[in-house]
Amino acid sequence: MSTLEVSPAEPLSAHAGRSVVNDFSLQVATVNGSGSQTANSVLMRAIFQMGIPVSGKNMFPSNIAGLPTWFTIRASKYGYVGRRKEIDFLVAMNPETAREDVMKLEAGAAVVYDEPLKLSQLRGDLHFYPVPFDKLVGPVCPDAKLRKLVRNMIYDGVVAWLLSIEMEEVHRALVKQFGKRKAKAAELNWGAAQAGFDYASKTLTKADPCRVERMNATAGKIIVDGNAACALGAMFAGVTVVTWYPITPSSSLVETLIGYMRRFRVEPETGKATYAIVQAEDELASIGMALGAGWAGARSMTATAGPGLSLMSEFIGLGYYAEVPAVIYDVERVGPSTGLPTRTQQGDLLMTAFLSHGDTKHPMFFPCSMEECFTMSIEAFEFAERFQTPVFILTDLDLGMNNWMSDPFPYPEKPMNRGKVLTAEDLDRLGGFARYLDVDGDGVGYRTLPGTNHTKAGYFTRGSGHNENAQYTEREDDYINNMDRLAHKFEVMRSHVPEPAEETRAGARIGIIAIGSSDYAARESCDQLQAEYGVAVSYLRLRAYPFTKHLEEFIRRHDRVYVIDQNRDAQLLMLMRMELEPDLIARLRSVRYYGGMPIDARTITDTIVKQEGK
Amino acid sequence: MSTAAAPPPKKTNRIGLEVLSYKGSKTTLCAGCGHNAISERVVECFYELGVEPWRVAKLSGIGCSSKSPAYFLGLSHSFNGVHGRMPALATGAILANSSLLGLGVSGDGDTASIGLGQFMHMVRRNLPMIYIIEDNGVYGLTKGQFSATANVGSTLKTGAANDLPPFDCCALALKWGATFVARSFSGDKKQLQAILKTAISHRGLSVIDVVSPCVTFNDHQGSTKSYAYMKEHDLVLNELDYVPAQDDIAVEIPEGEAMDVRLHDGSHLRIRKLGRDFDPTNRLAALAAIEDAESKGEVLTGVLYVNTGKPTFLDLLNLPAEPIATLPESRVRPSRAVLEEVMEELR
Repeated sequence: MSTLEVSPAEPLSAHAGRSVVNDFSLQVATVNGSGSQTANSVLMRAIFQMGIPVSGKNMFPSNIAGLPTWFTIRASKYGYVGRRKEIDFLVAMNPETAREDVMKLEAGAAVVYDEPLKLSQLRGDLHFYPVPFDKLVGPVCPDAKLRKLVRNMIYDGVVAWLLSIEMEEVHRALVKQFGKRKAKAAELNWGAAQAGFDYASKTLTKADPCRVERMNATAGKIIVDGNAACALGAMFAGVTVVTWYPITPSSSLVETLIGYMRRFRVEPETGKATYAIVQAEDELASIGMALGAGWAGARSMTATAGPGLSLMSEFIGLGYYAEVPAVIYDVERVGPSTGLPTRTQQGDLLMTAFLSHGDTKHPMFFPCSMEECFTMSIEAFEFAERFQTPVFILTDLDLGMNNWMSDPFPYPEKPMNRGKVLTAEDLDRLGGFARYLDVDGDGVGYRTLPGTNHTKAGYFTRGSGHNENAQYTEREDDYINNMDRLAHKFEVMRSHVPEPAEETRAGARIGIIAIGSSDYAARESCDQLQAEYGVAVSYLRLRAYPFTKHLEEFIRRHDRVYVIDQNRDAQLLMLMRMELEPDLIARLRSVRYYGGMPIDARTITDTIVKQEGK
Repeated sequence: MSTAAAPPPKKTNRIGLEVLSYKGSKTTLCAGCGHNAISERVVECFYELGVEPWRVAKLSGIGCSSKSPAYFLGLSHSFNGVHGRMPALATGAILANSSLLGLGVSGDGDTASIGLGQFMHMVRRNLPMIYIIEDNGVYGLTKGQFSATANVGSTLKTGAANDLPPFDCCALALKWGATFVARSFSGDKKQLQAILKTAISHRGLSVIDVVSPCVTFNDHQGSTKSYAYMKEHDLVLNELDYVPAQDDIAVEIPEGEAMDVRLHDGSHLRIRKLGRDFDPTNRLAALAAIEDAESKGEVLTGVLYVNTGKPTFLDLLNLPAEPIATLPESRVRPSRAVLEEVMEELR
């Protein structure tokens, strides 16, 4: 007999009649490896298909099967798709975490749970919906071996009934999820969803306020994850050599790319591939291959995460000094070794900016959306060849592995520009060339590709010890000359990197600066500050490093500027401090979150309000 | 009337280049270094075969050996990479442009110590290139430390003895997938020439381990990579004769006397047995011969293994004949219709 106390709280009747439409977070707590991914995707897609802005975030362990995992769907008529801390609607499928999951909820939330867990005894201020999953799955899934997988689809039906999600959309989403080839599996799952819906409609009484209503805010939009968007960007950028070593959370970037390249980059007439993708033996090799390919004229790339980037450090320095183009994706995550590899973070900023030994600095692009993952990939490949240097695209686990809605990607209209490459004909005309001579004043020399059919084409590529003619030297003046040209090249990049995006509010005295995936929480926080505290806040989203002149201008226009960092050490703020005047540095304040989850608007708002003394 | 005699016509190879076009800058290695002799062989072989220098990509890691690409084929592109990681650079370059003739030069430290992982994976991929190990069993640029190819019992100048067993790079290459494996001695001009020329003609990974004495740090008594040691212990396995494709090769070879291997470019390698019964197309026999020689303190030189039938990494990747690096936009950027198709799938 349970002796659990019912916690004293606001009586549920206080919520009666209240209705929360298209503005809630739904969380499904399961065990990883139980096949819940399909059920969760279908649920998210069905809401999306009803025209409601939605996002899906998977919080998963570094494990194959058996550990807790949470999938959170946020529906927002306002278009807020960043993380929200509060959960309004819980589907508690994991006995291990059910108690804690329920205890964390705010009063008035709803809980769908597996009946034997008896969760309704835990609290009196929640709406509980017990569902006997094991009893329901039997009749719809005669094959006992499949029941574990099909069982989850039952909650899709239950939730659909409770939230007024149209079952036709659930069916459509299911069919899309399984595709034509797995029609049988789709049918089986559809049976389970219907069983859940029927059970709920006959047995449960709707008591919580959450529901959906058809909108028209997602027409024409797509759902995709950032790794897939980057992969598509790379393919349409014309990448030819791709090297990688598996590491969470970047693996699916190249795995998705492999799928697309097989479909769209094998020439039907010859059956030949116009690309090479190599799973290297480690990250030291994958960056080496990418640089070898870039040197030989390929659009080359590799994708990794922080630990891989650490390993690549020496080669990146060589790429910087030898001036070899390559695109490096860093899908940021937490920790080395056994440390939260499946949690998100923006913790590689400082390391990447100066990766390697000696004086090195590198351009970084910070996409914040699926569309930017695509377009910035194309820009990065152009940029790498324009400036003959490794270029980094920093995303993170939140962008890379979670599902986001997006406008369809725009087809690249500009023809490919391969940068300053001299052909045999050019060499005939010029009579020769000096590899590291700054002919055009932008710090970028002309290069030739190995295999260029000309006696004047060859040059010797090495590290920092070379003169303008690529000859070996240890002379002081040659070294300084080369270092100064590289520094100048970096300065020139400032006016060529993607410019920041700015949202100015009239009369705003304070500003927010963020990058990448912090964008969603930052914009929502601006709205919260305006609506709840009457504080007008301007917002600058940086899209690249080196910073452009806009950064200084923005700070100058505001009294205080809050810099949002998803890391402990305020890395973005530190990067700014290195190049700003003291009077501007004095205006900077820090908002940091580093718990491994995507940053949420409330955390930003609360931190700013506290510092503003409101 | 001119009294000056007309200058003698300059000697050129089949593509009209003088030997000067195959030379590099003046060596900065020690006088008598085995590596210099290897550089000279490279110059001779590429000149004699009339290889276009601009078709060659020279690649190296770090060390005395890895400096040497500056001393030959000055008209070729070259990439001096980081320590032990030349195979990765070479892999990328050759994937980008499969028409390049990759010529890698490494040392025993660069290959067998810091670079063992990359070396083994390059072997495993049968990356089509020439990989020369200038093997002196010692680190030169850092002034005389043992490498992982130093033999047990061999000593440093200080008298310190090596007590760890050496990696035999030929055995590693044989076991895991290289398709042309040879060992030579920098002092054996004729043998090294035949091996290098064969490697130029071979399509697949050629691993050539050349014992190349370090006159400064490892040529003393007690060293097993010295000139004196090699003169006493070099066991020449076979006599080699490289016949270029353009030469008449209609000479009949009496059966059983020599083996004739037709190489990918139509050239031939004739391998004449010396004394023992050894078949260089038999991988297991080659491994056994290496083991046998090692146990007797001999250094087996010659062609250990040749296999002209195995697909290369480029074959496995199904690459087209032309370099993928420079394919036109129309072949590497999918059409607008493809993007629309993908977007529709994601709706």
